[in-house]
Order: sequence, then C-alpha cells, then structure tokens
Amino acid sequence: MAVTQIFGARVRRREDPRLITGRATYTDDLVLPDLCYAVFVRSPHAHARIRRIDTSRAKAAPGVIDVLTAADLEGKVGSIPTAWLIPNADLKTPPHPPLAKDKVRYVGDAVAVVIARTRGEAYDAAALVEVDYDVLPAVMDMEHALLGEVLVHDDVPHNRAFLWTLKGGDYEAAVKEPGVRTLKQRMTNQRLIPTAMEPRAVLAQYNPGAADLVVWSTTQNPHILRLLLSATTGIPEHRIRVIAPEVGGGFGSKIPHYPEEAVVAHLAQRLGRPVKWTETRRENYQATTHGRDHVTDLEVAFRDDGTVVGLRVRTLANLGAYLSTAAPGVPTYLYGLMLSGAYKIPHISCEVVGVFTNTTPVDAYRGAGRPEACYVVERAMDLVARELGMDPVEVRRKNLIRKEEFPYTVATGLVYDSGDYERALHRVLEILDYAKFRTDQAQARQQGRYLGVGFSTYVEVCGLGPSKVVGSTGFQGGLWESALVRMHPTGKVTVLTGTSPHGQGEETTFAQIVAQELGVSLEDVEVLHGDTDAIQWGWGTYGSRTTPVGGTAVYLAARRVVEKAKRIVAHQLEVSPDDLLFEGGRFYVRGAPDRGMTIQQAALQAYLAWNLPEGMEPGLEAQANWDPTNFVFPFGTHACVVEVDPETGQVRILRYIAVDDCGRVINPLIVDGQVHGGVVQGIAQALWEGAVYDPNGNLLTGSLSDYAFPKASWFPAFETDRTETPTPVNPMGAKGVGETGTIAATPAVVNAVMDALSPFGIRHLDMPLWPEKVWQAIRQARGGGA
Amino acid sequence: MKVTVTVNGRTYEEDVEPRTLLVYFLREQLGLTGTHVGCDTSSCGACTVLLNGKAVKSCTVLAVQADGAQITTIEGLARDGELHPLQQAFWDEHGLQCGFCTPGMIMTAVDFLGRNPNPTDEEIRHALEGNLCRCTGYQHIVNAIRSASRIMREAVGAGRR
Repeated sequence: MAVTQIFGARVRRREDPRLITGRATYTDDLVLPDLCYAVFVRSPHAHARIRRIDTSRAKAAPGVIDVLTAADLEGKVGSIPTAWLIPNADLKTPPHPPLAKDKVRYVGDAVAVVIARTRGEAYDAAALVEVDYDVLPAVMDMEHALLGEVLVHDDVPHNRAFLWTLKGGDYEAAVKEPGVRTLKQRMTNQRLIPTAMEPRAVLAQYNPGAADLVVWSTTQNPHILRLLLSATTGIPEHRIRVIAPEVGGGFGSKIPHYPEEAVVAHLAQRLGRPVKWTETRRENYQATTHGRDHVTDLEVAFRDDGTVVGLRVRTLANLGAYLSTAAPGVPTYLYGLMLSGAYKIPHISCEVVGVFTNTTPVDAYRGAGRPEACYVVERAMDLVARELGMDPVEVRRKNLIRKEEFPYTVATGLVYDSGDYERALHRVLEILDYAKFRTDQAQARQQGRYLGVGFSTYVEVCGLGPSKVVGSTGFQGGLWESALVRMHPTGKVTVLTGTSPHGQGEETTFAQIVAQELGVSLEDVEVLHGDTDAIQWGWGTYGSRTTPVGGTAVYLAARRVVEKAKRIVAHQLEVSPDDLLFEGGRFYVRGAPDRGMTIQQAALQAYLAWNLPEGMEPGLEAQANWDPTNFVFPFGTHACVVEVDPETGQVRILRYIAVDDCGRVINPLIVDGQVHGGVVQGIAQALWEGAVYDPNGNLLTGSLSDYAFPKASWFPAFETDRTETPTPVNPMGAKGVGETGTIAATPAVVNAVMDALSPFGIRHLDMPLWPEKVWQAIRQARGGGA
Repeated sequence: MKVTVTVNGRTYEEDVEPRTLLVYFLREQLGLTGTHVGCDTSSCGACTVLLNGKAVKSCTVLAVQADGAQITTIEGLARDGELHPLQQAFWDEHGLQCGFCTPGMIMTAVDFLGRNPNPTDEEIRHALEGNLCRCTGYQHIVNAIRSASRIMREAVGAGRR
C-alpha cells in the first residue's frame, strides 16, 4: 500500500494565507477598549549623572495620563535580571533598573515614560520632559574600558563583567613540540544590529477584579517572559498570561526580557487600563540588543604539513552597558566550546573577558557566539594555508574529523553527534568546479582582474539543549521542550508546542510530523504556540532548537496518541495490540486487513468512552516533554567566489554555493528559505553591516538609512545543495538549520576576499570589508601611491 | 481636517489631524493593519500601498495628501476570495517567513509587474531596492515575482485569445 510521505515533502506553509492577505495580527495591530499609549524618554548621552528630571510640563500637556521616572517605580518594578549566570568566571551582575536611576549608561537608556490617550500626544509630551544631565566621559573602547579610568557601574572595577577560561589539551606544551610553529592574528568581529523587520511592541492589560495580567509581546519565548515578568513586576506567575501573537522576526533580539515589558505591565496595573508601547526603528537601534562585538587575539600552532595542533584565543567581548538576559553565556559557552570547528585540534586554550561599555547591551544575534567561533577557526585555516603556501582546501582536509570517527569528542569537551564533513566539501568543489576556477583565477589575474574563492567547512552546535548540561553552564532554566497532541472526537488534531516560532514555519513542519505519525491529512492538523494560558510550558524558539527539540516532543506525543488509539482498537476488535498493524491512519489485524478501524474512529470511541479497555482514561491526547541527551551538530561547506575591483575596493559576489547537512529534512522548501536568509545575514556581516559609534557614544548607524542593511540587488542567486546525515540524538534524526547560513557565510566571504587580495600580499582585513578599507589596503600594498 | 478616500473600493469620509501619516490613518483610523510600519526613514517599504495605482510608502504620505485618492492595501488585493497571482506566488514559492515585510513586498511587485510584465531576475532585484526583508535572503521573493509574472502574462495571453 502506497503511503504518501508528508515528512520530507516540499509542502507550502500553513502560516501564509493570513500573512499574504494582511490578516495576521502582530502586537502593534491590537487595540483594546480604553487603550492608552506609552512613549519612553531616552538619554541622548552615553554616560551622565541625572541631576534632576522635571515632568511638570509633560504632565500638563494635552491627553497626558501620567509621566513616571525611576523614583515612581521604586519598590514596584525590580531590576531587569540576567538569566545566564556563568560559573567560575567572577561574574558581576550590577543592577539594571527599568528606568535609569541616578545615572544613564548608553544613548537610548530610558529615563522616563509618558502615558497619553493617543500615540501623538504621548510623543508630544515626551518632548516636554526636562532632564538635567551632568555629562560624564563615555567609555566606548574595550581596552580603554579595562583600564578602569571611567566606570560604567561604580561597583564593577575595570568594567570587567567576567573572566572566563576554557582549556582542552595543553596548548603551552604543544607549541614547544619540535616541528610546531605558530602564527598570530588579531581580528574583530564587529557589532551588528539584529533588525527584525517588526520593531518590538508590548501591550498589557490588568484586570483588578481578577488580579491578573495579560501581556502581548514580541517575544521569542513567552513562558520565560512570564517567569521573568513575575520577578520584575511582583505579579504571581500563575496570574500572568503572556501571548506572543504574530512576531515579525527576532534573530535573538526578542529573547531578552526588556525594561519596557516590565514597565508597561506595571503601568497597566497602576493605571487600571490597557497600555501599549511600540518601538520606533530609531529606538530599536538604540535600545534593542545588539550582537557580536569581539576583539580576538588568535595564535595558531601548526606543522609544516598543515596539521593544526592548537589554538590559543583571547577575546574581549563587549557586553554594552548592562547584562542582557542571555548575555554572559553567548561569548563564553556558545563561543569557546565551538573553537575546534570541524577539525581535530587537540589543544585549545580560550580566555574571554566580558567588558562593560557605554553602548547598547549585547546579547544573542542569529548564531550567537557560534558565528564568532566559526569565524576564528575558518580564518585560522586560511591563515595557515597562506603561511605554508598550501591550498586552503588541503589544509582543511588534513584536519577535518573523518566520518568514521563519530561520535567525536573535541578538545573543548563537546561530543559531536554525526557527520560526513568531507562529503559536503567534496560536493561544493564539484559544483564550483574548483580546478577550473583556479585556472580562471590565474588567467584573470594576468588581465588585472582579482578573483578569489573562500571556503567555510563549518559545524555548529544547536538544538539547545540537554537541561543538565545547560544548567552546569549557569543557564537559569532547562532547555527541554513540551508538546501536546490532541485528537478531537471528529478526528481533527490540535498540537500545542512550547516553542514559539516567528517566521521559521513550524506550524507547517510540526503538522507534517504529526500528519505522518497519525496517518491523517495535513489539513486536519492545527499547530498552536505562543500563549502561556494554552500551552503547558515551553522554553521558546532560539538556538536552532525548535525542530530538533520541540519537534521531537511533538513526534513523541504523536506516537503516544497512536499507542493509545491502538489499545482502543485492539480492545474493540478483541485482538492483542501486538496483532495490529498501523498504516495510512488505519489499524488492521495482521493477516486480516479487512478487520480494522481508522485512528479517527478510535478517537471518537476514546471520547464516547462507551467501550474502553479496563482502567483506560477517556479522551485521546498525549503530552511529551523531551529533554535531549546531547546537542546536535549541523555542518556543511560553503564557498564564495568574489571579484575585487582594485580601483574602487568594491567586492562583488559572483557565486555563492552552500551545501548543508541538517540531518533529516522535514520540509526542503523551508530549509532552503532558512539557508538563504542565514547566508544573507552572514555575507552582510562580512561586507557591509556594522554598528558604528562616535567617541561620545552616539550611534552613527542609528537608522535604516545609515546602517548597511542588505538589499536584494546585492546578491546573486545562491546555489544550494544538501547531504543528509541523521543525528542519533533524536528519533527523527533532525538537526537545526536556522543559524547555519549565518555561521558559515561570514568567513567564506572574508576568505574569498583575502584570496582575491593575495597578489597584494594582504593577509587579513577586519570586517566589514567596505570598499574604502579594501581600496586603502590595496593602495598601501602598492606602496602608498596609485 | 476632512478627507475622502476610497480604500479597497470602499469610500471613507474621515476627520484627521493634519500631521497624520497615511499609514497610521490606514492602520489606526480604518483598522487596516495589514500595512506595516518598519522604520522611520522611508527605508524598509513595509508600509507600501497603491495610491492611484502607484506604489507609495504610506509612511511618507500625509493622509490629507491622499484626499480624493484611490488606495489599495494588501487587504484589498484578493478578489472574490481569489488570491492575486502575486499573493499566490509568494505562497507557492515560500516568498515569506515572518511575513512582516510581505504586504509591502507584494504591493511593490504589483506596481512593478504592471510596468514591466516580463522582468529579468536582475530587474526584479532592482525593483526591490526600497523593500527590505530580513528573513528570506530575497531569493524566494525573486522566484515568487518571476513566477507571478509568468502566470500573469499567461492570463493576459489567454484573455486575448
């Protein structure tokens, strides 16, 4: 009997009809009776003492309901907490008042909030709030900050938030071995601005009669937000309902619990009427978390044959002015543990210093720590190749973990689950026609054209993660995931997931998992998420965990529903469950295919409960809480071909090839989309994006007309392919794919540009590779003339 | 001030503050929230609507400037329950993820294909200069617009026969 395979099919998304017709509901689309609007007054200074705030003129303005400052929130709204308390790192967690008290610490730090009947009135009044600042010198540069001359937090000496170290093997001994040589390189991984297309928004409603609070927020993790809101507002957790309606992208920037959420929730309670706040893009750039921002001193130890024996990495990680929710974990565990990349590097030594500066707080941005690690390792491979005059592909081959070596424990302690790294690399070389490219490149150089190719044989850790392991890293939560699969009396199915997708398409992929397991049609499965009143529990969507962790919970719950249905059918047909086969949604007796019942019929019987096995509870639903035993490790090879114009420094991408392996694929169309989006963000970091502050702490790239957000015309069509190596970590064999593109692309592009510039003897340039920087480097290489 | 506008075929007579931007008029006064606000510099294009048939960024137009105009928003694109070929193509080709930029993308593409019914990929990419997407990497959007252009040309061809 032919069974339609839904798992693995390129089906269109279930989410889309509402999105393409303008009928989706994002947070800012919501309106409630008696709604009022909040606008935050923000600091124009990066560092200043607040002498006095005069709200009297603002309070008297038309339509204004109230104007509050830190003093009004004293004892009402608590400090915004950090949820990743990394151990053994001397972590400092200075208070983060929701409205700045005494001192402002970055441009955009909120000092007051105005609530008015209309958005316009609130903005008008916000301009009337008078704040008298005593401007202090701002500390912007990390090395400067560590001198401790200017302190962001008075009680954090040297602005040092933590010192985190990791040692695998013995790097110091390894470099002394005969035949081992070293090279050094300083490299920056510049600050990026996540820029989800939907700015943040919060709407809160408090019912004094029931003493409960409903908060709609643009969050990636409604249950975590509920937990943290209960801590900051003092409203008991079970009295809070958090809803993540349609969320317009997050990329990590909607993970944290933000001051505005706590303040708006409190306002709803305080004023007894619903309050909405919607961020402007300018505010989004100033007050929503940024990503990356590392300066790294790398030393690579290697042999003449290209074998890399060790890495020593010293990184300064800019945390901004306050510790955001996951901030301490991102540049430490999510970074240092991945420094072995896809390679057998026996000796790794890593030291990360977290630094406070007068800048916007830094937290997760797509990839979060892993792109930074991948960049270091993949640049290291090219630097070694350059030093030895070897082909960068050969250096990689020399060091790649071989497929028969899995599971493989790298020096940092992670156990890589499965992989065939060589195969993905091979496939890329085939698509690229590598030998031909090198010939073309040589010919082009004779004509004064500079072509380059760059590779990234990446691996990443995702599917966060085993709760016990993440707990040992100081993460103040578990990272298992929940699912409930409920088959209704009509045979239709509702799936509740604790993940909170916001563009990734799991309403479709999870429906595919369930339709496959239950043998029902895709149209009969509905996936719900993002409401703490409806969903049992969940840790949310980030860290490419939604499918490998949340999807596995869905899969297991569906299997349990089938098991229960099978017992009902066996009972009613008076056979042993072991005698039943299940195919295409129908149970039938082995050897007597006519005797059977569909799962829908079993569902009706489960609800009627007229004739159930002795002791069986009525109804047909099952919950599964899946806590994985390990992370999953997607991998692949990306290659980028560029041409650099030596007269302008302009880099043009001629080809981009991505061969990814995310284990078993549920929906190839969605996987392609994830790869494309990730690759664009990764390329954009290499070539264009970068947050720029002036020495006084003003964000010069403070709007979408100043920040180099990538456009459609800047890219060629990407060439993608896949290999499929299932993971043994979960029964579906699926790994994550949400971040692979971003992780892989950045070093591939930089390696390509450095390859193109190799005739000039240019070994390394820091990102973003803006034309002026490239042009200056060429000019210097040519002897300062030209 | 009084304005009279026809939005998605329905005529509204409304009082607006002179400073009201068209996008807020549509979203907050008419409740048409399919048109989104993604920036404050007319960069992102999430607010794109058709004003007298031409794609405009409704965050850059005052509601009073639209007095007497015909406006089409994303809500008015499907006819009689049938999706516009561009809506259908965005769905078929996975031209959206979070969906926030999508209404603006589609409205821009409606105008563009009206002017250039048979574009190259490069022309499509240039047509999206004023519309930003953070999720898709644009490739599936380009595929969707190319696919819609083919379907729309075929429909026109069929109409002529």
